[in-house]
Amino acid sequence: MTASPILLLDNVSRVHGYAETAVRALDGVTLTVHAGELVAVMGPSGSGKSTLLNLAGGLDRPTGGAVFVEGADVGAMSMRDLAALRRRSLGFVFQDFNLIPSLTAVENVALPLELDGLRVRVARRIAMDSLEAVGIPELADRYPEHMSGGQQQRVAIARALVGDRRLVLADEPTGALDSQTGEAVLRVLRARCDAGAGGLLVTHEARHAAWADRVVFLRDGVVVDSTGTRPGAESLLDRAGTL
Amino acid sequence: MSIRRGLLALLAQEPMYGAQLRSEFESRTGGTWPLNVGQVYTTLARLERDGMVEAAGGADDEGRIGYRLTDQGRAEVERWWTAPVDRGDTPRDELVIKLALAVTVPGVDVQRLVQTQRTATLRHLQDLTKLKRASSDQAGGRNELAWLLVLDNLVYAAEAEIRWLDHVESRLAREATRAPEAHTRATENKNEDRSTQGASR
Repeated sequence: MTASPILLLDNVSRVHGYAETAVRALDGVTLTVHAGELVAVMGPSGSGKSTLLNLAGGLDRPTGGAVFVEGADVGAMSMRDLAALRRRSLGFVFQDFNLIPSLTAVENVALPLELDGLRVRVARRIAMDSLEAVGIPELADRYPEHMSGGQQQRVAIARALVGDRRLVLADEPTGALDSQTGEAVLRVLRARCDAGAGGLLVTHEARHAAWADRVVFLRDGVVVDSTGTRPGAESLLDRAGTL
Repeated sequence: MSIRRGLLALLAQEPMYGAQLRSEFESRTGGTWPLNVGQVYTTLARLERDGMVEAAGGADDEGRIGYRLTDQGRAEVERWWTAPVDRGDTPRDELVIKLALAVTVPGVDVQRLVQTQRTATLRHLQDLTKLKRASSDQAGGRNELAWLLVLDNLVYAAEAEIRWLDHVESRLAREATRAPEAHTRATENKNEDRSTQGASR
């Protein structure tokens, strides 16, 4: 791929504290996510997965190296530009859904657009498109408490990728769901990436990480291995008989 | 794998000839365990010898002989559905044997071994997941469902292997932090022994 990545972590380090008490949460991590790609990060707790996600989303700044989102250096941004980046370029999906309970599904999805200054009607229309893309347009007027966990997580994915937002950062998105529902949510995430979004998925479940194009293993803040990109399903079906 | 029982179960549905049995077996298990026609006929011959199946009339125009279950064969199938599969025989698993030897033979980088295996197993898991994605896009019947359940079994088995490798890794890490202490203690004990010996002398 020659196009510039949606997300680039270039030799990124994050050290908490100073001198003898310094803890290296991340140590020289390089990682890219291109459009149309879902990348999973696996590792035991304390391996630096959450730090990595926070840095990618501009919630935290690296102490070494640089983070680029759609070519822009996140570390060099003012707080204001950072806030704009989070409204316009990327969205988070969490284990506990994090929808606003007093807003309907479509209002939740439209929120980042409205905060960004779009007129309510325009924002709603774009939000509807996004709900359509995750397969639940009929739930637009429901409140979170009247939706199942799987439905709420679809709304969260719709919100993360509403309008021009092309990067979804998912932190254990299936952690609170049963295996069937979790798989359905991953199918949606996978489909959104196939449609051109970039996704970074943090999970400790191999079965879920396997939906990604590439799986990166993190330990003690260092990338210890990666699966590389796998061939397409077509070439696999040919050898299905020999599995 | 019991091909024998698999063929009996298929014949319980209706009489079939060899090639038919082979293609039914494969399509219902998604071609995961391919059979050759020779295996099918050898198995049928043994089943006939044991009184489980019999020829269902003479050869057809193409010279094929259909087989059907005897009462004894039918009872055998019934037993198979109702009794659990025997898990008492632990199959030889190369990875488990390799790891057990790696932690005991000096000089093997076990951590590297675990990581390499985990990445390889995850790749296999990715391939299985891709097959799942490709096949559930089509609306399928019972055979499609059967194939997806076979795939899920392989998915869960690969996941279990990765979880076990995670466990091995953390267990070894814990062992590694404990080892120096144990070593120091052993040395201290030796020193104590020596000093007591010295005192008694």
